[in-house]
Amino acid sequence: MTALFGKRKKFSLRHQPGFTSIAMACFVLLYAPIIILVIYSFNEGRYIAVWEGFSLQWYIAAWNNEAVIDATLRSLLLAFLAALISTVVATMAAIGTTRTSPYRGLTSIHTLINQPLIVPEIVTGVALLIVFAAVKVATGFQGFFYLVLAHAAFCIPFAYLPIRARLEGMDKTLETAAADLYASRWMTFRRITLPLLWPGILAGAMLAFVISLDNVVITEFVKSAGQETLPTYMLGQLRRVITPEINAISTVLLLISLLVVSLYFIVTRKRT
Amino acid sequence: MASDQLRKGEVRRNWLLSTPALIILLSAASGPLLVVLVYSFLTPGEYGGVVWQFSWDAWISVIFERDIFDDTISIADAHLTILWRSVSLSLMTTVVTFILGFPTAYFIATRPPQNRNLWLFLITIPFWTNLLIRTFAVLEVIRNEGVINTALIAMGIIETPIQILYTDTAIMIGMTYVYLPLMVLPIYASMERLNFNLVEAAYDLYATRLKVLWRVIVPLVKPGIVAGSILVFVPSLGTFVTPRVLGGGKKLMLSNLIELQFGSGRNWPLGAALSITLLAMVMVALIIYIRTTQRDQATSK
Repeated sequence: MTALFGKRKKFSLRHQPGFTSIAMACFVLLYAPIIILVIYSFNEGRYIAVWEGFSLQWYIAAWNNEAVIDATLRSLLLAFLAALISTVVATMAAIGTTRTSPYRGLTSIHTLINQPLIVPEIVTGVALLIVFAAVKVATGFQGFFYLVLAHAAFCIPFAYLPIRARLEGMDKTLETAAADLYASRWMTFRRITLPLLWPGILAGAMLAFVISLDNVVITEFVKSAGQETLPTYMLGQLRRVITPEINAISTVLLLISLLVVSLYFIVTRKRT
Repeated sequence: MASDQLRKGEVRRNWLLSTPALIILLSAASGPLLVVLVYSFLTPGEYGGVVWQFSWDAWISVIFERDIFDDTISIADAHLTILWRSVSLSLMTTVVTFILGFPTAYFIATRPPQNRNLWLFLITIPFWTNLLIRTFAVLEVIRNEGVINTALIAMGIIETPIQILYTDTAIMIGMTYVYLPLMVLPIYASMERLNFNLVEAAYDLYATRLKVLWRVIVPLVKPGIVAGSILVFVPSLGTFVTPRVLGGGKKLMLSNLIELQFGSGRNWPLGAALSITLLAMVMVALIIYIRTTQRDQATSK
């Protein structure tokens, strides 16, 4: 056989024909649309596909667009609050459910915490629309609170997972030693558990932040009039002619996500 | 006795620690789902909302429609078309992401260990960037004035743009693009633990490359394949943004039909019944998944 085909490369156990090409195609396909989106945010013309020269005018247009700035600030505040709340309660829940002997209800707690990962967003959105609409009518209160509560809820499992993972990898000897030396529960938590757990908590908070910033479906159903976030604003723009202004906004939002995700990887990597 | 009391105290402390999270989840995630179930058995209000009167109508109209003139009941073609589109497009997306994702996971798993994290990072990054933005990016590539059509026309291959946007194909391309990392990651996780001595043994026994792939590698990484398929299929079934942006309101999927009932359709009970239907479909997929993994674990023991 080998003689028939002439010189042949050394036989590789791992080689499968075509796999490398498909993999390369995947990487190109994953990045090409995003790169094109970013490139055209610098386009001078008003159409997305025709390149008319470099310009920052769409960034300036977005910056001067009050609706965009308003939505951006609301998105960031919402993501910050949702990440803060979900991380605090997820940390507590992680401590209450990890490194403990099994007790009645532990499985139910796990199921409840992971439930937002399973239920389709549209179903949660509809459910919150129904419930919050009734509450809004009953109380007359239309505020930002509903969005914060909704976002905090679906962020909990994302904050919980890295914290729990970190906690599982910590052994109890240090805490036991502290307790043996008459440190109070709170002291042990403050001086031993919390510092050791901190990378997990940071990772959970960043994940929650990105997930909240990303959300469009649940927000769309929960928001009251005048409570646009950046993603719902962008979705609304679809009905009009799309200009590169959308690309400029997207590029900025991409940068924010990328920054947070890179931080996340740095924080989680350091733990080993 | 003393240790019993200690243990009781510990359990109570654990419950107290979980309570704030549970309150938030029950009030803004799990609890409202029960309300949806209740609403699906009520009568629609004239301007949206509901009238508190029991009715099966919403559930009947998930699949059937009542003729306005003679009250006869027939199968609702429109709803079935949308249900079928949701299921078939999700299945097709799962297959395509597998065809693309399996070789990609294999590629990453066969890199030298110190390079694997970089490739993995490259797969993960798009996954953490905004879903809406990624869908917009696809929109700009495939639309009539988009990059593909403009390039093809400039090269003289076609004269009029190919209409991809607002078709089922567009939705499938979008979902494949968005969910591909969800297929690659679990397959990679299985593949990383693959013992290549088994592959070597198969070659020693004169297996061809294709045989090694299908009879050795695929069965060994099957848990990853099943997990990846579920991770792609389940969110595809409930996807909302992709058909909204790339289907342009013409090609609806289940979630868009649900939204319609709460908007211009003004039929909240039907929307609620459709939501429960979607949730039930997701549950069925998950139960099948759990059954398969349990059976596999049982047989491998």
